[in-house]
Amino acid sequence: MTTQWNDAPGGFHPASAPDFLPRAQLQALQLGRLQATVRRAFERVKLYRERMEARNVLPEDLRTLADLGRLPFTVKTDLRDTYPFGLFASPMEEVVRLHASSGTTGKPIVVAYTDADLQVWTSVMIRSFAACGLHRGDVVQNAYGYGLFTGGLGAHYGAEALGATVIPISGGNTDRQLMVLQDFGVTAICCTPSYFVHLVERAKEAKIGFGKLKVGIFGAEPWSESMRHHIQAETGIRAHDIYGLSEIIGPGVGIECFRQDGLHLFEDHFYPEIIDPQTGQVLPDGAEGELVLTTLSKQAMPMLRYRTRDITSLHPEPCACGRTVRRIRRIGRRSDDMFIIRGVNVFPSQVESALLAVEGTLPHYQIVLTREKGLDEMEVQVEVTPEFFSDQIRALEALQKRLEGAIEHTLGIRVKVHLVEPRTLARSEGKAKRVLDKRSI
Amino acid sequence: MKIRQLSLFLENRPGQLRIPCKVLGDAGIDILTMSLADTQQFGILRLIVKDSERAKKALEAAGCVVNATDVLALDVPDRPGGLASTLEAFEKAGLGIEYMYAFAASRERGKFATLVFRLEDPDRAARLLGEHGVKLVSSKELFERAGV
Amino acid sequence: MPFPVENAVFDPAETLPRADLAALQLSRLRETVARCAGVPFYREAFAAAGVSPDDVRSLDDLRRLPFTVKDDLRRHYPLGLLAVPRAQVARVHGSSGTTGRPTFVAYTRRDLETWSGLVARFLVAGGVRAGHTVHVAFGYGLFTGGFGLHQGIERVGAAVVPAAGGNTPRQVMLIRDLDPDVLVCTPSYALHIAEVMAAEGVKPGDVALRYGHFGAEPWTEEMRAELERALGLLAFNNYGLSEVIGPGVAGECPARLGMHVQEDHFLVEVIDPDSLEPLPDGSEGELVFTTLTKEALPMLRYRTGDIGSLIPEPCACGRTFRRLAHLRGRRDDMIIVRGVNLYPSNVEHVLLGIPEVGPHYQIIVDRLGLMDEVTVLCEPASGDVERVALQERLKDELREQTGIRLKVEVRDIGSVPRSEGKAVRVVDRRG
Repeated sequence: MTTQWNDAPGGFHPASAPDFLPRAQLQALQLGRLQATVRRAFERVKLYRERMEARNVLPEDLRTLADLGRLPFTVKTDLRDTYPFGLFASPMEEVVRLHASSGTTGKPIVVAYTDADLQVWTSVMIRSFAACGLHRGDVVQNAYGYGLFTGGLGAHYGAEALGATVIPISGGNTDRQLMVLQDFGVTAICCTPSYFVHLVERAKEAKIGFGKLKVGIFGAEPWSESMRHHIQAETGIRAHDIYGLSEIIGPGVGIECFRQDGLHLFEDHFYPEIIDPQTGQVLPDGAEGELVLTTLSKQAMPMLRYRTRDITSLHPEPCACGRTVRRIRRIGRRSDDMFIIRGVNVFPSQVESALLAVEGTLPHYQIVLTREKGLDEMEVQVEVTPEFFSDQIRALEALQKRLEGAIEHTLGIRVKVHLVEPRTLARSEGKAKRVLDKRSI
Repeated sequence: MKIRQLSLFLENRPGQLRIPCKVLGDAGIDILTMSLADTQQFGILRLIVKDSERAKKALEAAGCVVNATDVLALDVPDRPGGLASTLEAFEKAGLGIEYMYAFAASRERGKFATLVFRLEDPDRAARLLGEHGVKLVSSKELFERAGV
Repeated sequence: MPFPVENAVFDPAETLPRADLAALQLSRLRETVARCAGVPFYREAFAAAGVSPDDVRSLDDLRRLPFTVKDDLRRHYPLGLLAVPRAQVARVHGSSGTTGRPTFVAYTRRDLETWSGLVARFLVAGGVRAGHTVHVAFGYGLFTGGFGLHQGIERVGAAVVPAAGGNTPRQVMLIRDLDPDVLVCTPSYALHIAEVMAAEGVKPGDVALRYGHFGAEPWTEEMRAELERALGLLAFNNYGLSEVIGPGVAGECPARLGMHVQEDHFLVEVIDPDSLEPLPDGSEGELVFTTLTKEALPMLRYRTGDIGSLIPEPCACGRTFRRLAHLRGRRDDMIIVRGVNLYPSNVEHVLLGIPEVGPHYQIIVDRLGLMDEVTVLCEPASGDVERVALQERLKDELREQTGIRLKVEVRDIGSVPRSEGKAVRVVDRRG
């Protein structure tokens, strides 16, 4: 099937103006906002002030964008350690929204938004949709999960502000998704790419088409070019990658334009750097390293030099779409052992703490990830030890259920626990291979 | 009157059952009777052998996870209704049965069959069953009958 | 102070003098009817009823208009009753049908603004203020509950924790850690949250909750008392249904003696469900609503299937809108046992009035031969309650209050299914 391009000329949205700012203007804007953000963070957030003072760096010392390199990094554990409100730079009365994502030990990471923050979030989502060629006449089916996860409500508010018809269908119930897609003349869908593949397979099984669908906006997990080609070939839609993380704002940090050759970052709001993950050194454009983001306009929870753990590179070359905001290469892997399943970030250490909580000791375990018909499945194989081997089936089954329950409680997703014989799980020198990812991407 | 039984955890994979049997065979240990209880995911193999301590060591050395439990053995009339009448005694004594299985070597075909029972409190069960006139079979007798 | 919470009125329209209200209603009714004349379904219904939009000259003329029922929406799936061009639809919601396809409803941008304002009214009446944090444990998505409350909270200027449904231990953790002032969910889920909190040793005083706004299913005064005790908050009721707009059709005021219908946006009638004749205030019957301001999906005389009554007397709070008395329940949830009507709320009223009984219950209906048999499953309030005696006592009390001999089983604590949304009160196994 051929894909019809219908890009910017048909759908220029006023909100997209900053995407096209001349570089010099953009940089002046960034510097002003950066100075204001750093001052705000320094004055109102203990963690930032202490760290900057320890390095003898004050907000006044930021005179060029390059001076950002003098500031310390922020990492995920900083959010965990200050749970829940320690990084807030606004009083609670000004906070109008809270979201949460899973953290490393069962306590989630809490993020907050003022009214102005929500407006920024909505505007970058409008810009994301506009870059994909969507406009007010579109019918958007939002199958991202709604709730504490920033994906659902983020995409929703953006599509609504764009003026489109929004169907907040959230996740699950595949047959109903397909029915709605057909019957409401849906033109764009937002969901994880693996869920969309699942929809494609179900549609094939049921021998139904994709109606008026022309665009898919897929994110919350890494996905490859070959998956994109598969999706586009099967459905004739244009599949765009969207990037974001709740620590920064949610979805809407970056989006692929019609060129589908890298994601434009909305760098008037999120300033990017690429660093060497070992040394922390800032790398030049084009070099691959860890993406570090600094928010330029967030009030409730400004983030300074947040290490995303995502590996990519920055590209300032002009894009055929005309956007001047730089692109990052699509993100294929991470710099730590976190993996993503069904849109949820999981650290093996979370599984460990759940196992520990049930057993009191940590048995050998391995996480096996598979994909069946587009749906990710997570199985945790746990070796049976003499301590918890019981003579009774009932007791072992109850143990299995308890382990499943504990892991589900920590992660918030359904998992299967498989009891295996001792010494059957691979060991290696040093770190055992905790995660066996059998999903083909 | 209690009999030592060993139980092993086995995954439901082809060939898993063979391993403990081979280990015991190599160690020259005779399996008097065994029973396999299973779920979709795993199974529990229950064995009665003459030298349970030696068997346990051998199996553990081979990497198996082994438990030792005390069970009771009873002679049950080898005729239709024989089991029911025995179970009536359990009921009268107020005893719940965790599980049971048949013993491979019976005393006399057509006369008696031997069954193994796991109960929550085997000592109390042994006493109560005795009071109800149920005859328990000792390990010594079991091994004699089996000719080991 | 006569009220347990400050009597704040979000919208001055809530205290409109009745005469001004009537004039406003009439003008809006006429606009709505004219709007409906553009919808094929209503055009045909008008023709069949022999009535035209010009015939509506007074509020009494409402009775001449045809009714609308859920099946009309279902038959015109997905949005056959739309009164605006598709391009003007900003949002779609749906109700999960118990059988077959869900019915969908639609909103223009103005409808969404109207909706959030209506929800804000009952939230503010129920203590919610800008600067509060509100924990929303309603499902988000097509269900109107989560979104309806979410938008209303934003309208008030409070902070939303969009917790949605499920993973109750996590909900409790967030309630403990984020210090929300307000909890929003179904009453049965609130009960479950309270149970999990108690199991974790959390006392009502340990959390910051002050107000609870519970809806989407009927609940009794006894349930209110139980929730207030278990969670240490003031509990408020609200009523709505997606076909009419979602939550926000009616809500309690600080007096908490009935729910004020937002009569500037909805005309309310109570009819005899069999004869379809309107009944006077005070009589119990089926609630019927007519929307006065909805653009995308105006509804004329929508039969809700809910049984209740209107309180004729004015309320001490000063709001001039009439109140719905505590709703008995959905007609669909009513069981007829040996000729007598029984609602889950009748059973709830008895069970939750007895301290030795736990608040979780379910009603099982079986048919044995030709006879219907109803069993009430419940739990003791604690482990040391003597069950057999309680069972007998409950049988007697239920018989006395409902007029029907019901079986009662006092089961182990935790065995009655907990709800994470709308409780399934009745399991009808009659096939």
